[in-house]
Amino acid sequence: MSILRDAGLILGKDLRLEMRTRVIAGQVVPFGLLVLVLFAFALDPDRRVLSEATPGLFWLAVLFSTLLALQRAFEVEAGDGVPDALRLSGLDPAGIFLGKVAGLVVHMLVLEIVLLAGVTLFYGTTPHAALLLVVTCLAATAGLAAVGSLYGILSAGMRVRDTLLPLLMLPVVAPVLISATQAFAAAYRQASGSGWRWFGLLVVFALLYLVIGMVAFESLLEES
Amino acid sequence: MNPLFRMHPDGTASRASRVFGLVLLVAVAVFLAVALVISPPDSGPNASENSMGDLVRIMYVHVPVAVACYTAFFVTAVASVAYLVRRSEGWDLLAAASAEVGVVFTVLTLATGSVWGHIAWGTWWEWDPRLTSTLLMLIVYIGYLALRGAVLDPVVRARRAAVVGLVAFANVPIVHYSVDWWRGIHQPATISRLDPTIDGLKLFALMFGMLVAIAVYVWLMVHRFRLEFVRARLEEQGLDTALAERRAEAETASGANPVTAPKGAS
Amino acid sequence: MEPVVNFRQAVCLLGRFPALAGVDLTVGAGEIVLLAGPNGAGKTTVLRACAGLVTVVDGEARVLGVDLRADPRPVRQRVGLLGHSSGLYADLSVAENVAFWARAGRSRPADVDAAMARLGLDGRLAGVAVGRLSAGQRRRVALAVLVARRPELWLLDEPHAALDQQGRDLVDSLMGDAVAAGATVLVVSHELDRASSVAHRTVHLAGGTSVETAGTAAGAGSQPHPVELVP
Repeated sequence: MSILRDAGLILGKDLRLEMRTRVIAGQVVPFGLLVLVLFAFALDPDRRVLSEATPGLFWLAVLFSTLLALQRAFEVEAGDGVPDALRLSGLDPAGIFLGKVAGLVVHMLVLEIVLLAGVTLFYGTTPHAALLLVVTCLAATAGLAAVGSLYGILSAGMRVRDTLLPLLMLPVVAPVLISATQAFAAAYRQASGSGWRWFGLLVVFALLYLVIGMVAFESLLEES
Repeated sequence: MNPLFRMHPDGTASRASRVFGLVLLVAVAVFLAVALVISPPDSGPNASENSMGDLVRIMYVHVPVAVACYTAFFVTAVASVAYLVRRSEGWDLLAAASAEVGVVFTVLTLATGSVWGHIAWGTWWEWDPRLTSTLLMLIVYIGYLALRGAVLDPVVRARRAAVVGLVAFANVPIVHYSVDWWRGIHQPATISRLDPTIDGLKLFALMFGMLVAIAVYVWLMVHRFRLEFVRARLEEQGLDTALAERRAEAETASGANPVTAPKGAS
Repeated sequence: MEPVVNFRQAVCLLGRFPALAGVDLTVGAGEIVLLAGPNGAGKTTVLRACAGLVTVVDGEARVLGVDLRADPRPVRQRVGLLGHSSGLYADLSVAENVAFWARAGRSRPADVDAAMARLGLDGRLAGVAVGRLSAGQRRRVALAVLVARRPELWLLDEPHAALDQQGRDLVDSLMGDAVAAGATVLVVSHELDRASSVAHRTVHLAGGTSVETAGTAAGAGSQPHPVELVP
């Protein structure tokens, strides 16, 4: 399976880059925590709004941090001659796409673990239904990373990248925000029954965009 | 080519499109007369369950423009796929023209929906599933047009826009279902909605409205497409000149010492 | 036998600009051909077209038996392009970069080690991040990637630039080794004296067209090549 081999190469390279530069650990994760703190300033922490809104605030913080992680992930691929090198490399474009998605998923799962600890500590909410929480994180993150990688390469190398990427990506991932928030809300209410339906939608979303990304990535890698 | 469809060399219209435009103008006038005056209000013995009175007339505009905007985005998606398969410029221009007109119709859909909501629910905006998903769709296609505006190279632009045009449409049902479920939690279907049972002249007004809206979409889209097409031809004309100029550089350069070649060659 | 590079009146557009306005170029297997010409003549675009990175929109263009006008992608991993930019990840070390790009091209680990040693990168430099290297050192790393990937067609864009004397000699011997191993080399250089001593033939470009081709000192003694004069 040369696609998986190539995806593994890209994943390994991205994890190594993170080990060398610590951009996710040192900048993006602290930013996510900062957003949680800012929500507390915006919503009075004494009136229980925070604990009730925890699922939505958690996923908003994830979404904003994802944008930063994405910009970092595709900034490195727009470096000195790297787009040409990727085209000449012999790597399967679908493999490059899956590798970028996998790298983002790993980084974002770390972010989500830290943010979950953050909401538990700062907002005083205790999660229940651990299984639903975990699988929701996995499916939602896969969907976000798939859409993000698709739009990340699309806007890579453009002068207006930083402003265009959120405008293109956020409305498309709105269903992920809704579904993941509802699934989390169900998990926090200990009513996971309805949460599984949202989880199903997240899985469909992730699969759809993984397929679109694998098919379309070559076309986007072509010229930039 | 049939003289009926021959385009003026410097314009965007043909004889056929002019006739079409005039017929359309009359049709719009007739439609307004039917929708606003001739058709009966939704009241009295023939009224539908939720008896909307004169308010039903907004529907004759709202539903047709909504149908037109979905049609427009559907055409954009089909043209985007066709571009990815065929790689011919025409499909890209069609996708762009259709999306632009679609955005205009989406704004109209939201505006008429909002007016209806103001009268029926007393608020300009309600987080109704259909309004909400239409708003998201509008933003997605604004992003599509922004992308087109940001990329300069026509081939790169066409490729990227085709992917976005496809993704944007694939996303419409997902957004719709998720928003529908989302609102379904808080809002059981007790609130009065914009779907009365209709018959007779009311049904005619609605159907006629859809026909007119689709025709207006086609007319606008065709002109937008032709404008882009003429612009592309204009740039292509420049190519022959550019090639000739480029080849002339060679003669200047080969006459001179390559080291002191004129600035024009760099 | 079919030539490795065969261009007939090839036209390439960069946006709206015809960077190549009808280039004729034939490079036979095992040749080292020097592309010369003033700045902006289209030399770099010829190399990028050979690598399948720039679309040929008119004329004929075949490289390594691949018709570039039909689909240039199959040619890409068979060529090695040394461009002005390094194509390296600035935050990764020299060894990591060479290993990543070589593995992407399915090179053997032994080739990677040999390439690093050949370019003098197996010592202290191996662990240094590429972003901290000088331009010349970065060029050596890019060359190491090229050597490890063993391309069939070498496309070198001013390979001597930014290199020290020892590095330049190394580039010349690398070109010789490549040809000895059965590869073909197309090289752009402004250092005509140095390059033409290695190259078999020189092709002059100007204004996006090929002006003339002529044998060089190095080529005179070896195989006879027909000298083409193109209007």
